[in-house]
Amino acid sequence: MRAALVLLLAAASPAAGQVTPFTVAGDAIEAPLAGRAGDAARGEAVVKNRESANCLICHSIPDAREAFMGEIGPPLAGVGARLTPGQIRLRLVDPTLVNPGAIMPPYHRIHDLVRVDPRFAGRPVLSAQEIEDVVAWLATLRE
Amino acid sequence: MIRRAAAAAALLACGVAAASELRPARDFLSPELRAQQDDPSRHPGWLWVEEGEALWQRGERSCQSCHGGIATMAGVATRYPAVAPDGALLNLEGRIERCRTQQQGAAAFGYESDALLSLTAAVAQRSRGLPMSVATDGAAAPFVEEGRRFYEARQGQLNLACGQCHDDNAGRRLRGDVISNGLGTGYPAYRLDWNTLGSLHRRLRACSLGVRATQLPLGAPEYLSLELFLAARAAGLPVEAPGLRR
Repeated sequence: MRAALVLLLAAASPAAGQVTPFTVAGDAIEAPLAGRAGDAARGEAVVKNRESANCLICHSIPDAREAFMGEIGPPLAGVGARLTPGQIRLRLVDPTLVNPGAIMPPYHRIHDLVRVDPRFAGRPVLSAQEIEDVVAWLATLRE
Repeated sequence: MIRRAAAAAALLACGVAAASELRPARDFLSPELRAQQDDPSRHPGWLWVEEGEALWQRGERSCQSCHGGIATMAGVATRYPAVAPDGALLNLEGRIERCRTQQQGAAAFGYESDALLSLTAAVAQRSRGLPMSVATDGAAAPFVEEGRRFYEARQGQLNLACGQCHDDNAGRRLRGDVISNGLGTGYPAYRLDWNTLGSLHRRLRACSLGVRATQLPLGAPEYLSLELFLAARAAGLPVEAPGLRR
């Protein structure tokens, strides 16, 4: 029901081409977005990029070379053991699908957002390929 | 998590969040910065205070010619923003600009000008340490509500509401910075990041950008209402202006 609504809204949006439709099963999106294969090395770069996703403003990763990591979200060490790739994918795409009050931003959603800066309007924070890259890297963080 | 959010929502429904849950902005500063904020000789914001005190006396129709010495401004900043008799919501900057144009027959200084920042800092400094006590009833009530709605709305591409950081995660680290309770009590503030003194609205524009929301103009009605809500939320907590921030 909720997934169907998401699909409908995404399809109705003028910039629908920028987000990829997906199907939610339980608390996961099992199928890779747009059928893309994720690249873990590229995903690691996305996670560490301080301009785009800026994951480390809130999360820490097991990497002693990174200074000043945030402590708002859970540490990402072991996330690949705690969650399946499908569960990680859903939480990246739109964590409010699991928890409506989630503080974590939706990284692949453009509908139902308020007062978006025109420079960012109509496009998701991360592309389908970037989501798949991040899923691939996070899945390797098993301890 | 959901229960906690519901509890917070219930609290807010009873009125503006009690100041007892909120900590003064200074509590979130590093010990070094806090000491520097307390020491005029090491606080660059005092340059603006001194300039503002000079401006207060300058000209034939000076501020002083009506109000007397600037010491008469003690406590004034604790009551702003406030609704003027004509129904407009004015913050301290707006009040000063109105005096300029309507009482002194002078041109407005302009938001974020050094002159307006200086006078605002000089006036606000006279309330340093005094508890915030803005009016929230009567004509102010609808503005407080508007400010509360803005504060509670998730916004921007990052879909974040002010309180998700400043209530739910205050004290935690966002990168290298500690998240404060988001009070406006230290503004105008000297930010090391800016290398100058700046207004609360300049800081709010940075917040908007941070969540990738539309940056509103300095003095925008939305920011004014938000400023009033923040002031109401800070009731009882001390004015810290001019603040010193990273």
